[in-house]
This record gives sequence, structure tokens and C-alpha cells, in this order.
Amino acid sequence: MTVTETNQTQLNGVNVAALLGAREALEAAPEAAEFTWKATSEWKGGVHTRTEINSFFGLGEDQARTKTFTVDTDHPEVFAAPDEAPTPVELILSGLAGCLTAGVASVAENRGVQLRSVKATVEGDMNLYGILGVDASVRNGFNAIRVTFEIDADASKDDIAALVAQSQKRSAVFDIITNPTNVFVEVA
Amino acid sequence: MQRATTIIIGAGQAGLAMSQQLTELNVDHILIERGQVANSWRTERWDSLRLLTPNWQSRLPGYFYEGPDPDGFRTLGETIDLFDNYAEKISAPIQSETNVTRVTAEGQDYRIATDQGEWTCRTLVIASGVMNTPNIPGCADDLPTSIRSISSKDYRNPGQIEDGGVLVVGPSASGVQIAQELKLAGHDVILSIGEHVRLPRTYRGKDILWLMDRAGLFDTTIDEVDDPNRVRRLPSMQLVGSPTGMSIGLNSLQALGIEIVGRSGGFRDSTALFSGSLANVCQLADLKMNRLLASLDEWIQNSGLNAELEPSYQLRPTRVPETPTLSLSLAERGIKTVIWATGFKPDYHWLDLPVLDRKGHLRHTGGVVDAPGVYAMGLPFMRKRKSGFIDGVADDATALARHLRGYLDGQISMAA
Repeated sequence: MTVTETNQTQLNGVNVAALLGAREALEAAPEAAEFTWKATSEWKGGVHTRTEINSFFGLGEDQARTKTFTVDTDHPEVFAAPDEAPTPVELILSGLAGCLTAGVASVAENRGVQLRSVKATVEGDMNLYGILGVDASVRNGFNAIRVTFEIDADASKDDIAALVAQSQKRSAVFDIITNPTNVFVEVA
Repeated sequence: MQRATTIIIGAGQAGLAMSQQLTELNVDHILIERGQVANSWRTERWDSLRLLTPNWQSRLPGYFYEGPDPDGFRTLGETIDLFDNYAEKISAPIQSETNVTRVTAEGQDYRIATDQGEWTCRTLVIASGVMNTPNIPGCADDLPTSIRSISSKDYRNPGQIEDGGVLVVGPSASGVQIAQELKLAGHDVILSIGEHVRLPRTYRGKDILWLMDRAGLFDTTIDEVDDPNRVRRLPSMQLVGSPTGMSIGLNSLQALGIEIVGRSGGFRDSTALFSGSLANVCQLADLKMNRLLASLDEWIQNSGLNAELEPSYQLRPTRVPETPTLSLSLAERGIKTVIWATGFKPDYHWLDLPVLDRKGHLRHTGGVVDAPGVYAMGLPFMRKRKSGFIDGVADDATALARHLRGYLDGQISMAA
């Protein structure tokens, strides 16, 4: 949303002042808070897909970046695929890790907690009977997701737990995964 | 057309306290009340309800509890008596059974239209309460018609609830108390849990509200908090006022056999969906409670009470099911009733003044509303943490009555 520069008053390189300023500005202009994120993809053959990510809509207009990011997804050899890239479900896990970690850093910055290291391991359990159609009672997606944080910071154990809890409370990806979302798919 | 210097809309604790203070300052006024004194307590609460706050914690201007049981909790009937007696003691000029239909500005005055005629006034106090309309999420409309859907405001007693399962949505004071009552009456009860404020009834041998009161936490002012909007939105404390002094919480409810599930995520066909965030909302509540108890320990230490009170201890973390239920077939589980204990919002449909924010709440600074001569009373954390409590209206009434008197005397020309 805003260019972030580490300055001397920042402990963890998160520009909390800019985020709090944005919050205040958006409270006064609710329509500017309506964002639409976008990704466009193209099949590359087999089960390999390349997704490009650049523009999004927000603050009342289209926002273009100066560069386009590329994210590939494929499947590993045990799925009889060439394993050119991670699976889509692993990208979901990386999205959760990225979102929660950004949250931990932001909350720590806001609370004046100096972080030295934040590592997370994210695991998602899946029974393939779902996607293979073996058993209709088994869901396609994760049965459970576990996130384990290892955090080294100038804070008590409870204060670190509070950073992680608050991060979940404010996390978009955590919400997307834990709550139902209507998904509309159509063929143009 | 009748006239009063000040009109107070609502004769609950907030309106009555203001009336007492205005009488002290010789401001002639009328309270307009849609029903009888303490109407919400009289008509919109369940039968077994007792106040969360101990008897001593109901200090009103010119009144404090002098009875034999300062640590007891008033029943609903005793609460209504408290306000009836107080209204009589302060000779509150109440126009009862009168519904305000519209409030408009007219020059420097306000015109109050009601179903019993019109009034005009120079100054207006809005004390109509904040628990007017249940905050029922839109997804309630997706429930099959075979399921009865009611709010906590419509709940009276277990006799009113059809045999079978009940889904109670909301883990604050109302939700946990109703869930417990229905479970004890033999219903299968599922309790849906979002963010909540966990508190033990007692800590170190003292009532938790006594400790918080003595430590000065209820006197925290709105200027002292980082995020006023957040503290004003906090759900009610997860407490019960019981004659046995028992605690209520997610652990005790689960021990009774109530199943806890995540925040309600709506309904698909006749399946209820719940958020996977149950563990986090429980952890947030545990951490927050532990911070409060630690701050009370510190206060106890600093005020030299350490030796008098029981030693400090840790409460058990909230027990969260290993795999919380994410979706539930209402039919298969035999759910016949959904009770929404999801909070309330104020109803100002009659207020035709430009003083509401986009969420329909009054724009005000410490109860001084954003229109000259208009005041609010009884809003959550309006001036202090206790503002929304019976025990909190006295300080607010004192401060705002003075402000109002100053406005009438021309010392304050604009809303501050």
C-alpha cells in the first residue's frame, strides 16, 4: 500500500506509522478500502500452470506494479508429473506462512517488540481419497493445518504467544482458510 | 405542545441518574419512557437472569446498597425494584408509556414528537439504551423454516424451547448463561464461539469485579485507551451472577456436555458451518485474561493486600476439542432451535438529527453529542470503562449535567 523504508525508529522494518495512517484515511473513505486482488494463469501442458500477478484494484483505481511476478504450479513425480514447481496446495501453505509471519512482524512492531528470528513450519494433512474420488465422505482439501512458529524476540513467552494470536486474528489468509467463501467460477 | 428545558429519552439507569443530577442543578426536565421505568429489564430479559455485578456495585447518584448481602447478585425482580425505588426516591418526572416517534432540530430547540403529543426542549439527553435491536447476522435468513430462530432478547426460559437440540450462537454473558440453562434442562446444546472476554467470577478469594473496581480499572477513561472504537465494541464479560457465586466459562460448559464450535460461518442447505478459528479465539481470551490477572496481582502487591488474599494462581487454559466441528447437519443432530446471543445495536430510527456515524452509532465526545445541547448517556465506555454499567452512570451524569447547565447558561456555546 505504501512504500516501506526501514528507518531507525523501526525495530522490525515494518512501517507501522504508515499502516496506522492508512487505517485512519480509509476510515474516512470507506470506498477506497474496497480492493480486488487478481491473478491470471495459463496452462503450460500436463498439470503445469503458470500464473502471473501484477495489477490489483484498490484506493479507488487500478494499481499497476512495475514488474510482473510469476508463480508456477505443477505436481511431484509420485503424481506422475515432472515436478517443475510446487503444488497449488503448497502455495496455500506458503500463503498462510507469509500472511501470519507478516502479521507477527507488524504486531511486534506496533507493540515495540524486537524480533530476532521468526520461523514457521506449516503442514497440511490431506487424504487423497478425496481428490481421487475413492471415498465421497473424504473431503478434497486439508483435514487439518498445523503451523509451528519458532520465534526469538525480546519478549516473554506469553507476549510472543499474544503476537501469534493477534496475527491470526488479523490475517486474511487465516480467515480465507478457516471460514467459508462463496466461489463463482464461469467460462467466459 | 408542551415544553421542558431538558428532555431525557429513556428512564433506565442512565436516564434516572441524569434526572437526579439535573434536579440538583435546578434544570427542569421530563423523562420520556416508552414503557415503565427500567423497561428493558422488565420486558426484554430472561426469567432466571441475575445481574453480573454484585449488589454493592450499583452506586447511583444519591444511592448505594445498604442491604444485608452486598456480595449477592440481584434477580431480575430485584433489579426492577431497585430502579422503581430509585425513581420514586429522586421524584423522577417520568412521562411513561410514551413512544418517541421523531426528534428534529427547530432553531435552537429540539422538537420531540411522540404518540402522546409533542414536546419542545432546549437540551436533549439520549438515554434510550444500546440493546435495542438484536444483531442477528444475515445468514439467519438461510435457516430452514423448520428451525426456530430467536434472539437472546426473546428467550425467557427452557419451557419455551422445543425438545431437541439447540445451537446457541455467541459466547458472552447471555450466550453462556442460556446455553447452560438449556443444557441443565436436558437439551443437547452446541455453543458457537467467536471472540469473547473470559473472566473467572473470583480470583484469590475475591470477586473479580471487586478487584477490578478497587484497582481502578473501571475508572480508566476513554482518553487513556489506544483504540476507542475497539474498547467500545468489546463483548460483555463472560460472567454469571449466581447465588452460589459460581464461575461460568467454556471449560465448565464443556464439562456439562455442551459442545463448543467456532464462530458461525452461515448455513448451506441445512448444514451449519463454523469457523476453524476456535483455538485462536480461545487462546486470545486466555492470554487476555492472564494479562488482566497479572495486572491485578501487581496491584495487590503494590497495595499491600498480598498477605490478606489467597496466593496467586494460574487458571486452566480453555480446553478446545481436538478436532472442532466445522459443519453440522441440523437435521441429523436434531437441532430445532437457534438462539442468537450475538449482541445488540441501538435503534435511533426516530432521531432525525445528523449525529450518526455510518454504523448508526451516535457521534459524540465523552457523551457530548455532535449537535448543540444534545447529550448521550449509558453508552459502552462513553467516558470511562464503567460507563455502560449501572455503577458507571453516576460519574457520567455528574459531568454531563454540569456541561448541560453550562450550555444553558451560555458558558458553552458549541458542543465540545
